[in-house]
Amino acid sequence: MSDKIDQKRREFVSVAGLAAAATVVAPGVFLQATAEAEPRSEAVTGKVRYGMLIDTNKCVDGCTDCVTACERENGLDLLKMPEGADPEEWDRQRPRWIRKVKVKDRLTGKVTTLPMMCQHCEFPPCQDVCPTGASFRRADGIVMVDRHICIGCRYCMMACPYKARSFIHEDIDEKLTVAPRGKGCVESCNLCVHRRDNGETTTACQEACKEGAILFGDLNDPNSEISQALRQQNNTELRADLKLNTGVRYRGI
Amino acid sequence: MQDMFRFGTRLLVAATALLLVQTASAAQGSRSVIEGSKAYGLDSCVEPTPLMRKKHYAFLKHDRDITVHQGIRTVKHSLAGCVDCHAAKDDTGKYVPVTDEGQFCQSCHEYAGVELPCFSCHSATPTQATKAGD
Amino acid sequence: MKKIHYREWGIESPRYWGILAILGVLLAVGGLAALYMEHNGHWVTGMNNQIVWGVPHVFAIFLIVAASGALNIAAFSSVFGKEIHKSLGRLSAMLAMSLLVGGLLVLVLDLGQPTRLIVAMTTYNFKSIFAWNIFLYVGFLVIVAVYLFTMMERKANKYYPTAGLVAFVWRLILTTGTGSIFGFIVARQGYDAAIMAPMFIIMSFAYGMAIYLLMLMFTFKLEGRPLGEKLLGRLKNLLGIFAAAVFYFVLVYHLTNLYGTENHEYEAFILRDGGVYTALFWIGWILLGLLVPMGIVFHPALGKTHGGIIAASLLVVLGGFVAMYVIVIGGQSFPMAMFPDKVIIESGFYDGVNGQALHYVPSIWEFLLGLGGVAVALAATLVGVRVLKLLPMSLEDEIVDPRQG
Ligand code: HEC
Ligand code: HEC
Ligand code: HEC
Repeated sequence: MSDKIDQKRREFVSVAGLAAAATVVAPGVFLQATAEAEPRSEAVTGKVRYGMLIDTNKCVDGCTDCVTACERENGLDLLKMPEGADPEEWDRQRPRWIRKVKVKDRLTGKVTTLPMMCQHCEFPPCQDVCPTGASFRRADGIVMVDRHICIGCRYCMMACPYKARSFIHEDIDEKLTVAPRGKGCVESCNLCVHRRDNGETTTACQEACKEGAILFGDLNDPNSEISQALRQQNNTELRADLKLNTGVRYRGI
Repeated sequence: MQDMFRFGTRLLVAATALLLVQTASAAQGSRSVIEGSKAYGLDSCVEPTPLMRKKHYAFLKHDRDITVHQGIRTVKHSLAGCVDCHAAKDDTGKYVPVTDEGQFCQSCHEYAGVELPCFSCHSATPTQATKAGD
Repeated sequence: MKKIHYREWGIESPRYWGILAILGVLLAVGGLAALYMEHNGHWVTGMNNQIVWGVPHVFAIFLIVAASGALNIAAFSSVFGKEIHKSLGRLSAMLAMSLLVGGLLVLVLDLGQPTRLIVAMTTYNFKSIFAWNIFLYVGFLVIVAVYLFTMMERKANKYYPTAGLVAFVWRLILTTGTGSIFGFIVARQGYDAAIMAPMFIIMSFAYGMAIYLLMLMFTFKLEGRPLGEKLLGRLKNLLGIFAAAVFYFVLVYHLTNLYGTENHEYEAFILRDGGVYTALFWIGWILLGLLVPMGIVFHPALGKTHGGIIAASLLVVLGGFVAMYVIVIGGQSFPMAMFPDKVIIESGFYDGVNGQALHYVPSIWEFLLGLGGVAVALAATLVGVRVLKLLPMSLEDEIVDPRQG
């Protein structure tokens, strides 16, 4: 695999990707004019709370389109195994922002497949435990890491009930402008924050899902598609017992 | 951007004219911006040059917190912005990392004996068409 | 009680420097290991995105817990008015500070960004128990230093009881804080227990006493200062009692866990199916770390021999280390219940598929870093006793009459 080709493709995707995606997305996914996208000029506020609704009934077993798209969008596919590393060990150390998980109900035996990522809690345990305040929840509900003050203690990884976070175990040679990344800090899904701040309406994973299983939007806007969908049908919060009020909800589990 | 560019070029012409007259100014005579970078075609940085020389780190740090915590991307002093404008293209049209030997940020820091931790994480070349600042 | 004279540790220079040289080598190797890990990144360690705290944390937490425990010997004297302990107080304070510094050093050198330590010292999140711990640690060092001063400086003697009380209370808070680092982790089955904090306090008593006994016997024997059998007997009995208390707490911890159905799987993991963690728990922690040393110190004959006491202390230390390994790494190795009523049958991120334990094999670097921390603690103590008047000239029973205590 050539990196150059990859880079070209990346640039192409960034320009043409949105338009292309708009034509292939499943019906029902609400895609607004991305043309009006403009960088944010005013501070984010709590008027908006970004979240996701994942319909596991639509999620296809064996499909990893969302994972691939996320890794490309956020430069995770640019990571290379350090020379001399054991591939198996390295695979455990390699960062993931989103992953596919398949679960089987203990009682009914029902098998469900779903993507897992940071659940963007309203009361994030990672934020509570972080000694420096690097782990924080932005006013618009995005839970993320300020990697300028992250000391790499990994207490947030201990505390996260969803195992959503990854530590960067090596020096990073290649990175994207929109997704800086370096050795010794913790990171996780930030709902494509660079897209949020550029006024785009989708996340990479939502865009990539041909089944329309991922719905992204503003939970605080009663008229948003996600709010309407949440009202219409039951949805589940993972580890609801912890009362974290997650911003990512699931249907069909 | 277009406007700014045109304005910039005009200013540049004016400045060059001025330079011809004011031969005494050594600092302006040897511009440190790198040929092949956007900055090369422009007349001025995001702040007056003397201010940039002295305080760019403070600017960056200030705006960094605003961008990361408040999501504001229209800040004047974005690191992605510096790279976008100051990174030069080589003969083949490929960007050269600003941290490479002799490049804009590197040459000056080497001279000043400053180690930049930033580019262990931040890309030293523009990897996508940055919209900010346009 | 007769007046006790203190004097610097006076073993011959070659021996002293020889000991320091050995520790110095350990220290240097530990430092190099830290540099190696820092330079390459954590991929050279066994730690990964599932087991995020590894052997360095086992060492660090053990040393920190032992540090607060080592202070007890001094604290008992001023808080509970046990005169006998007073003569032991100086070494106790010195040892406490050294162990804490050693532990903290390991903790810091394992950070992903150790150069940002200044960030950790200047940017606080007051909700974080970790941030509180930074305060507690720094405070501990300052308070114990003052306490030591009040013991050593005649003019400051009158503040000694107050300083002792403050130090004692502070150490209780500190260990509570350390224990709470785990107690606050609601996400993980093994940690989410209020009993974690008091259990850590009891553990600190035992580990601190064991290390103290070893240090006391080592320094006294090497120089030939008299050490009374009655005094030693008292201390080793305390060690036995502390070990029994730890045993009791471990019992309560697991019994209460078994009481709640939600914890059955975790309990089965640690107690029965956890492979290496189960073995470490039963053999390392319970048998060798608690029951055998208890057996030794309370044995009518063995408990009176110096060899017996040394063996028991070493076992308690070893058991303490194993205990931390089981708690820190075993606790992470047990898959988190992300879907309590479901079994994960496939995952792209090692989520404990079919309840399998998560994989961790410590690297040599992690051990070397940890041992470096131990070397720092020991070296600091030995330098301390060499240059300061910390050790009593004699601890003969006629001098420190235990019956007074
Ligand atoms: C829009 C393009 C642009 C952007 C964005 C930009 N610069 Fe500049 N910069 C320039 C130009 C043009 C000059 C040369 C001005 C001159 O010749 O006096 C310059 C000059 C400088 C100088 C002074 C160099 C000297 O002559 O000694 C510094 C330092 C500098 N820039 C740093 C930065 C930093 C740091 C950032 C990011 C916060 C940044 N620049 C962003 C265009 C830009
Ligand atoms: C450990 C990795 C890391 C290091 C080191 C680092 N940054 Fe960042 N930085 C990030 C991440 C991640 C973001 C968030 C990117 C985003 O959301 O656009 C960011 C964003 C920024 C931003 C706002 C976005 C932009 O491009 O304007 C600025 C400014 C910034 N960093 C400046 C710096 C400076 C200056 C340094 C060096 C002193 C530095 N950073 C070092 C990871 C790092
Ligand atoms: C005119 C020379 C000059 C140029 C050109 C220059 N710098 Fe600097 N920079 C300095 C000096 C001198 C310092 C150290 C003094 C200080 O802290 O202000 C510094 C410090 C910094 C720091 C703080 C480093 C730290 O951790 O202390 C950052 C970040 C930085 N520069 C970024 C940049 C970037 C990005 C560019 C390229 C766009 C750039 N600089 C170009 C002279 C320069």
